[in-house]
Amino acid sequence: MRSWLFTLVCIAVGAITYAVMRGVHSEYLFVAGYVVLEFVVLATAWNILGGYCGYVNFGSAAFFALGAYTTIFFHKAYPLPIPLLIALSAVVSGIAGLGMGYLTLRLRGAFFSIATLALAVVLQTLVVNWDYVGGSRGAYVIRPQALSAFGLTIPYVEYLFLLMLALVVIAITTARLIERSRLGFGFATIRDDELAAEASGVPTLRLKLIATTLSGALMGMAGAPFPYYIGYLQPASAFGLEYAVNSIAMPMIGGTGSWIGPLVGALLLGTIQQVATVTISSAVNLLIVGLLLVAFVIIAPNGLVGFVTQRLRAREP
Amino acid sequence: MAEPLLQVDQVGKRFGGFVALDGINLAVAPGERLGLIGPNGSGKSTLVNCICGALHNESGSVRFDGQAIDGMAAHQRTILGLARSFQLPRPFHSLSVAENLHVPLLYAVRARFGSHLSAREINDHCIEYLRLVGLDAKAHKRPRDLTQVEMRKLELARAIAAEPKLLIADESMAGLSHSEVEDILKLLVRLNERGITIILIEHIMSAVMSFSQRLVVLVSGKKIADGDPAEVVRNPEVEKAYLG
Repeated sequence: MRSWLFTLVCIAVGAITYAVMRGVHSEYLFVAGYVVLEFVVLATAWNILGGYCGYVNFGSAAFFALGAYTTIFFHKAYPLPIPLLIALSAVVSGIAGLGMGYLTLRLRGAFFSIATLALAVVLQTLVVNWDYVGGSRGAYVIRPQALSAFGLTIPYVEYLFLLMLALVVIAITTARLIERSRLGFGFATIRDDELAAEASGVPTLRLKLIATTLSGALMGMAGAPFPYYIGYLQPASAFGLEYAVNSIAMPMIGGTGSWIGPLVGALLLGTIQQVATVTISSAVNLLIVGLLLVAFVIIAPNGLVGFVTQRLRAREP
Repeated sequence: MAEPLLQVDQVGKRFGGFVALDGINLAVAPGERLGLIGPNGSGKSTLVNCICGALHNESGSVRFDGQAIDGMAAHQRTILGLARSFQLPRPFHSLSVAENLHVPLLYAVRARFGSHLSAREINDHCIEYLRLVGLDAKAHKRPRDLTQVEMRKLELARAIAAEPKLLIADESMAGLSHSEVEDILKLLVRLNERGITIILIEHIMSAVMSFSQRLVVLVSGKKIADGDPAEVVRNPEVEKAYLG
């Protein structure tokens, strides 16, 4: 399927999802749906570096928080519409991703992962000590109850949901475009064998920098509307462990080989977590992730998509 | 001798206190078939790594096609026309056999000045190289489905697909049967006839002797002989290095 057609299909699926959810007449669906979509963007962004290139990033929360705090900064300094804040967050987080790449991409394996974790700790420390964005006290963002545009009025949470839906379309089409491009080939060679990739003419360092920049930018975009969603942003919530863990677990459970994996993983895990939050407690969310991750590592190490693909291939004569 | 395609001057490399290469000098002419031999640990692979950019030499210089390439990244050297095959095949496991060849065509050949390859041309080149090594029937297989000799052929094909001026074949025949060695040798000769300069690093002496126009011997990081293969193997220093 051609990329423009795929984008159109994504938009159509998004529109149908929104229409169905509106038909249910439950604001909570949008509140929960926003979180699930947020994880789709995060998982897809993580997969660009972690799945395609094989570099496991433990610092997803840092990029997400960077997006959220970019919003807080501009909210105080020069209030802008959220779509513009998303674009600015993409630039800030993309630059941070590029910087992280320069500093860490000569490291490999566990050393790279530890360095990304350290980046999250450093950024959190900086934010905690930066009074302008609220420091350790946190910052409030008072959002309007509804948004009126073109003669239509929709609840603000629906607006945020729609924004996140748009980000999902952007993230998925970007990931698919990468997969089918020369860049995707390059990423796959980095994941398979970096030395052989260099020997085949692949500029591995440049490609890894592209991956960290794109991945960071998308994660920052996912974080940008977060202060409006949550209303009160503090470092502990923006740099929350669930963002780092879910960003890794969702693609692993769905499958890291293609754009579908993170989407499936995030929809599945995100939905289970939201159901668990209202039926048991949000405290069990990380437990669910942990248990599912262990189960998938044992039963289907290539994730759900990999598992199904293998089964289908095995049936072929 | 015409201006060398590859000129290695006083190249030195240490790993901590261990001297892996000690002032190596080597010149390879365009179109030449050079054999590089030496016992295990003599520095052959380290030299190849320094030439190809996987390691950086601490002293001396490497020139390729009239250009100093010290400090240049490995991929840039490949784009210049310097390709290698690895001692142990290192295929891209997530890609098909054909896609393995697409990588150097997409990245090295396309990046080379004046080279504008369309997707169709890339496919044609890929099929041509696979046919050359006899893997065209397995174009859509994964590397894990290949035999040992096919894997080595794929390793060579991927290096050839970079359309190099100089190909360094690092122990491409290790572990192969006599007929498989013959297959690879014929392939290397065919490539040389197409104008590709080849450095063959090998332990199988019969293969080296039948292939090489010139033979260089490394022992303990030093070059101890360089010349006509028949004369070099009679060199007392070489005999001592091999037979003790």
